[in-house]
Amino acid sequence: MSILVIADHENDALGSATLSTLNAAQQIAAKGGGDIHVLVAGKGCAEAAKAAQTLPEVKKVLLADSEEYDHLLAENVAPLVVKLAEGYDYVLAGSATFGKNVLPRAAALLDVQPISDIVAVESGDTFVRPIYAGNALSKVQSGDAKKLISVRGTAFDAVPAEGGSAELETLEGTGDSGLSSHVGSELTQSERPELTTARVVISGGRGMQSGDNFVILERVADKLGAALGASRAAVDAGFVPNDYQVGQTGKVVAPELYIAVGISGAIQHLAGMKDSKVIVAINKDEEAPIFQVADYGLVADLFEAVPELEKALDQ
Amino acid sequence: MKVLVAVKRVIDAYVKVRVKSDGSGVETANVKMSMNPFCEIAVEEAVRLKEQGIASEVVVVSCGPQVNQETIRTALAMGADRGILVQSDEELQPLGIAKLLKSVVEKEQPDLVLLGKQAVDNDFNQTGQMLSALLGWSQGTFASKIEQQDGKLRVTREIDGGLETLDLATPTIVTADLRLNEPRYASLPNIMKAKKKPIETIEAEELGLDIAPRLKVLNVSEPPARQAGVRVESIADLVDKLKNEAKVI
Ligand SMILES: Cc1cc2nc3c(=O)[nH]c(=O)nc-3n(C[C@H](O)[C@H](O)[C@H](O)COP(=O)(O)OP(=O)(O)OC[C@H]3O[C@@H](n4cnc5c(N)ncnc54)[C@H](O)[C@@H]3O)c2cc1C
Ligand SMILES: Nc1ncnc2c1ncn2[C@@H]1O[C@H](COP(=O)(O)O)[C@@H](O)[C@H]1O
Repeated sequence: MSILVIADHENDALGSATLSTLNAAQQIAAKGGGDIHVLVAGKGCAEAAKAAQTLPEVKKVLLADSEEYDHLLAENVAPLVVKLAEGYDYVLAGSATFGKNVLPRAAALLDVQPISDIVAVESGDTFVRPIYAGNALSKVQSGDAKKLISVRGTAFDAVPAEGGSAELETLEGTGDSGLSSHVGSELTQSERPELTTARVVISGGRGMQSGDNFVILERVADKLGAALGASRAAVDAGFVPNDYQVGQTGKVVAPELYIAVGISGAIQHLAGMKDSKVIVAINKDEEAPIFQVADYGLVADLFEAVPELEKALDQ
Repeated sequence: MKVLVAVKRVIDAYVKVRVKSDGSGVETANVKMSMNPFCEIAVEEAVRLKEQGIASEVVVVSCGPQVNQETIRTALAMGADRGILVQSDEELQPLGIAKLLKSVVEKEQPDLVLLGKQAVDNDFNQTGQMLSALLGWSQGTFASKIEQQDGKLRVTREIDGGLETLDLATPTIVTADLRLNEPRYASLPNIMKAKKKPIETIEAEELGLDIAPRLKVLNVSEPPARQAGVRVESIADLVDKLKNEAKVI
């Protein structure tokens, strides 16, 4: 019995999703899941593998460092996962875009129905996952011999990145499928903390009126060390890039403090932030549904309230 | 280029779903049903490809009970040419649906299959990836842009860090994200025209595939409700509460 965790990484470091996924793996291990191994696949990812070796309770790190894993194309990574899956009862990945892209592809090749986005481990074969934008929780039991699972990061605390001393095994590449090739990436550059793991998130909605106006949120974010997020409407309107989107079909966040500014609080947005510890809403419409989930609601014009908040934080 | 689009019928995205008191699922009686929003985007993209002269035919397929014909009709009214219903009254899960879609693909031989990235009822986000795997094709998931590039398809994808562009060998699978396009409303004349477009029915059972659900739903429950909090009167009041009551700043 054993568990394979597919690491999320940026070549020289592990991604935060890996640490929460490992927590879920440890819970499965505690219910009889067996040893935990971590797969680091990529091109030039030896540093990430080194970091994985120090993760607690990890027995072995598998490093697949090869040309065809550059940019982690699903068509190339899935065959590797399928090959390795033979030796494991569980394959886990974070439900970030990498895991969402690759895991179902590998599962289909194994004739397994994957379990997406789990938020709790009930037993070795039973897991809880949100459905209908988090308006219901579904407890599902898998009848597959192998279980392929993606893990919602916000539902499992990140394990410490230290304490372990796993052995390292290097793997041969499984070859290039020739089906797809990477043309380019346009990654958002930011000095701010990552949205999904930030302690404080401040998000703007359609009420911001323009991308330029986000500067008033940035000033508050700078004071609080916060990440910036947005509603779908703000992304659709082109105020901010797509990777800012919080919600059912964007990112799921659960910071200590979430500040929603000029966001009405549609269910699809709530799906991505309602597990935040403290929610603040600033909206000029006192009927806005966001107030139903906010711990502190301020009915105000954001263009007055936000600069005032920035000043107040100086004191 | 022939395009196949897979569409799912779901509880309308703007309905507030209610969990049944016996924990067996969510209330579906007298609830508004619609085409999954991501499938609408997929249909729109296919129809635009046809309008641009890139697609020669747009075929829509849905797996499920007879009523899914309504969803297929909606797609036909948006401009698709014909429909296929893979009829089944049993519960279907993404692996089974991918197998059914694969058999339709083998029959229809499309160059491009468009799906939604996610069905907003189960929130699985799996079917496109699984269909692509079963066919041994390339995949462009979470697409926000599709362009034809001599024999290949260039797809821009929405990923965690921003955007990524891939070239995909065809035939290929693309799953639609929110920014791919804005779906049209079907006009009345087009709704009338759609009534005459053909819908073929295939009995899922007769395909002889293992489509039995692998996941058993033991229980569906309501998530813990959040307590509505308090209204603050001013920013000063807010900052004071965040500092001294919630202690988060
Ligand atoms: C399939 C699907 C998936 C979706 N996924 C997501 C998702 O992942 N994330 C997401 O966020 N949405 C998602 N949506 C969209 C969602 O339904 C809402 O349309 C969206 O969240 C609305 O964004 P908003 O609150 O910014 O805009 P609006 O609903 O337009 O709200 C703007 C708010 O700003 C307030 N406001 C305006 N001016 C001011 C001012 N000067 N001062 C203070 N307040 C002001 C208004 O009172 C209003 O409440 C999805 C929808 C669908 C159908
Ligand atoms: N029953 C179905 N019939 C046809 N297509 C489906 C069905 N279920 C899912 N799909 C397609 O797969 C996409 C993703 O669904 P899912 O993997 O369930 O989140 C949907 O947007 C549809 O395009």
